[in-house]
Amino acid sequence: MWKLSAIVLATAGTLSAQSPRYGVGRPPTPEEIRELGSAIAPDGTGLPAGAGTVAQGRELFAAQCARCHGPKGEGDVGARLVGGQGTLRTPRPLKTVGSFWPYATTLWDYINRAMPFDRPGLLEPPEVYAAVAYVLNLNGIIEEDRVMDATSLPKVKMPNRDGFVADPRPDVRPEPRR
Amino acid sequence: MQPRASWVIAEGADACRMMRSIPLAKAMESSLLAYGQNGEAVRPSQGYPLRLINPGWEGNTNVKWLHSLKLTDQPYMARDETSKYSDLMPDGKARIFTYAMEAKSVITFPSGGQRLPARGLYELTGLAWSGRGSIVQVEVTTDGGRTWVAATLQEPRLPLALTRFRLAWRFDGQDTSIASRAIDETGYVQPTRAALIAARGTNSTYHYNGIKVWHVRADGTVTNVEA
Repeated sequence: MWKLSAIVLATAGTLSAQSPRYGVGRPPTPEEIRELGSAIAPDGTGLPAGAGTVAQGRELFAAQCARCHGPKGEGDVGARLVGGQGTLRTPRPLKTVGSFWPYATTLWDYINRAMPFDRPGLLEPPEVYAAVAYVLNLNGIIEEDRVMDATSLPKVKMPNRDGFVADPRPDVRPEPRR
Repeated sequence: MQPRASWVIAEGADACRMMRSIPLAKAMESSLLAYGQNGEAVRPSQGYPLRLINPGWEGNTNVKWLHSLKLTDQPYMARDETSKYSDLMPDGKARIFTYAMEAKSVITFPSGGQRLPARGLYELTGLAWSGRGSIVQVEVTTDGGRTWVAATLQEPRLPLALTRFRLAWRFDGQDTSIASRAIDETGYVQPTRAALIAARGTNSTYHYNGIKVWHVRADGTVTNVEA
């Protein structure tokens, strides 16, 4: 059991600050605490200012993403990012951003926190918006002329938005016990 | 804590800053902030200095190198709870937030890769666990599923913890299959692999808990039936 006394618990910093024995560390500043959590909610809460276009994203994708994901997001050592619509009910489902991901905000969040694979955190917010715009465009989800920003991105309806259901378990009937 | 808070967003300090959404009720009931294990600090590869542990739940929710917990009124639909760790069913729908690991068990001796050196009396043993409470019984078959007998359970039997089971067994040199099935305090019985596939198809693997069968050959070698 644990208790929270603040909205954000800056754990590592707090532990260091409470370590007088070694004389290291200091309490984190409110700014540092705010910067720690970069999570973006599906309603867009947490999205920063900035904007990116499909065209900008195409250029950025070629420079930063294509070497792992392929020039058109067809996949290589990195995950395939396009296609797969209509395959989820088949024996070999292809789960991509376009066929499976329920929220476009998740794409922004994940690119921002984890991509490029070898330099996560490299991209500035406008670049993340641009990369998201391009990947959505590759999947036919937004038109070429669209601009992604904190207002427009949460309004994008992903094709598989309604494809998720709550946990119904226990769902498996055991065979009669002998 | 504000009254609207119902979820906890946990983030780690690894390169991809692992993130998961955890219902506040779970966090208040049984989650741990682990700073030590086995009398020493949590090791770097295990999430030093602090790791979130959600007992009984899929391991991916145990965020390593924890740097923040944010209370919210909604889950954040992280990549690792939508694209990954959701369970795709044959009808094309995916189950989401299926955190709990249902009852499972495995015979650890004799098991795949081992060899019984001769006919004779052995102590068959293994482990059982359930994400929904404590283990109340483990049944073992040594004749390919024709008959099942209750194994002896080692105390203490604690909720959300491994339970060791044992059974004396005479290997008579005949080719056979052995397996165990766990029953937890909710009455849930560990299902067969076939029953799981019948209910969920073959594209749902994160919470696979089917009965584990080992094949014991007449010469004493033990192999994995499903491999």
